[in-house]
Amino acid sequence: MSDNPDDHKPMRPVMWARALLLVPFVAMLWVSSYNTAEPMIGGIPFFYWYQLAWIAISAALIGFVYWLER
Amino acid sequence: MALNITALIVFVALFGLVTYMGFAASRWKKADLDQLHEWGLGGRRFGTLLIWFLIGGDLYTAYTFIAVPAGLFGAGALFFFAVPYTIMVYPLVYLVFPRLWSVAHKHGYVTSADFVRGRYGNKWLALVVALTGLLATMPYIALQLVGIQVVIGAMGVETSGFFGDLPLIIAFVILAAFTYSSGLRAPAMIAIVKDALIYLTMFAILIAVPMKLGGYGAIFAAIPAPKLLLAVPPAGTGGAFSAYATLAFGSALALFLYPHSITGVLSSSSARVVRKNAAMLPAYSMLLGLLALVGFMAVALGVSSMPEFAEGFKRYSNNFSVPALILNVFPSWFVGVAFAAIAIGALVPAAIMSIATANTYTRNIYKEFINPGCTDAQESQMAKYVSLVVKLGALVFIFAVPFQYALWLQLLGGVWIIQTLPSVILGLYTRWLNGWALFLGWAAGFGCGTYLVILNGFGPVFPFKAFGFTLPCYIALAMVVLNLVVSVVLSVVLNAVASDRHKDATVATDYV
Repeated sequence: MSDNPDDHKPMRPVMWARALLLVPFVAMLWVSSYNTAEPMIGGIPFFYWYQLAWIAISAALIGFVYWLER
Repeated sequence: MALNITALIVFVALFGLVTYMGFAASRWKKADLDQLHEWGLGGRRFGTLLIWFLIGGDLYTAYTFIAVPAGLFGAGALFFFAVPYTIMVYPLVYLVFPRLWSVAHKHGYVTSADFVRGRYGNKWLALVVALTGLLATMPYIALQLVGIQVVIGAMGVETSGFFGDLPLIIAFVILAAFTYSSGLRAPAMIAIVKDALIYLTMFAILIAVPMKLGGYGAIFAAIPAPKLLLAVPPAGTGGAFSAYATLAFGSALALFLYPHSITGVLSSSSARVVRKNAAMLPAYSMLLGLLALVGFMAVALGVSSMPEFAEGFKRYSNNFSVPALILNVFPSWFVGVAFAAIAIGALVPAAIMSIATANTYTRNIYKEFINPGCTDAQESQMAKYVSLVVKLGALVFIFAVPFQYALWLQLLGGVWIIQTLPSVILGLYTRWLNGWALFLGWAAGFGCGTYLVILNGFGPVFPFKAFGFTLPCYIALAMVVLNLVVSVVLSVVLNAVASDRHKDATVATDYV
């Protein structure tokens, strides 16, 4: 569970990819873009499912940047 | 409330299991616990999966799981800011905290104040960073107790008077004992059980309650319109939108500055483990987001008007909404499982927080100012004692002080801890800022922030007015901006007359 030898290899920063990590900030701070009830999915208002979806999107972005830099 | 025997038996059995694990953890990945980095950081050797459990258990506390749904239950959409908050945290973790891990690993730093001490060579700046961490964490530990108290009360155990306090005292004695003997290994091991129980409870609620109520559509249809969305701001103010955005952003900036977050980061076995976890930890955010909606489920169920829960709501206010929902929907044995999940969910962060404060006190106050010549064994022993004192303090706090004060102090804690951002986070990137400028910037942010919170009647959002526009803003965020301005302006002056840049014990290659 610990001390995987791969974990100690250095990483090389990929700057254009890191810029992607700003996207979740723009999306979340722009509150007026998502403060609506429609369109609903399965009865869940947009305000809620959109933000929940961004949890997955931002995790995927971070995973993608890690994959590029690994 | 009648005593719920079945639930209580399941609860006690699960609690017994984690107690055993907590003590057994001292023999796990065996090492010399007379070294502070072994007791207080688990020897910096936790791998990706273990760190995922540990930080997940550390940040997504029992109190979070009670208070966030309670917020939606009581006030509605505004409290959903916990979701954008946790979304914005992880890009920051990915970019910033591997640097802290690297420099800490290189120089043997155990706390953020250790780093500030090495980076700026200024023990007074390091002292205020350490004190800020201690002050901000103490009420947080006390709040964890509230989670345990609510579920014990919800099982029908009398929680007033001395015998009412007894279950909580027992829980904390157990916690104190295994933290003392096993250090960070104990919460790391227990976190695995805690998370398994929390995920199980979560999925059960998310399936059972919508089935009972006729789907998510019916749940949201039961929520009155003003609670369902944020109020659209009128002209001339940022209104609820700027409150929502600044609460989320400010909280995201503050979260990983807390000592217990830093303890989690530094116990990783590599910087890569930290980066991988930045992509994996959002799984807990999804859990939190879905759990927040349980507050709405409690509204739709109408638990607050059920006579059997009147007493619980009277005693614990909206914090009773989630326990009430669990009691209403599930058979007794599963109530025991769910409540154990919440109580064990309080033990993990409480243990890590007490370890983090013990590390901070020992390294940055005891060793720096009281006994500079202490041996490694003395240092580790002192940390163990402090972890006991801290927990005793939290226990006394929760019994002696009205619950409301713990909430107020926790709010202040956020305003305080964010003031260490310029020293810690900017310090990872540049040494341009002057140590004394940072000290005065901290003082400005800390002082004005405390004043504003009190002036504002302990509301987190203050309506700042300028040029005929009102901008409601989370006080912590506004005050860290003030802190930054002071730090930068004074650095220009001080760097010109009395530069302290030669005092840097670190070099550029320490950060990668």
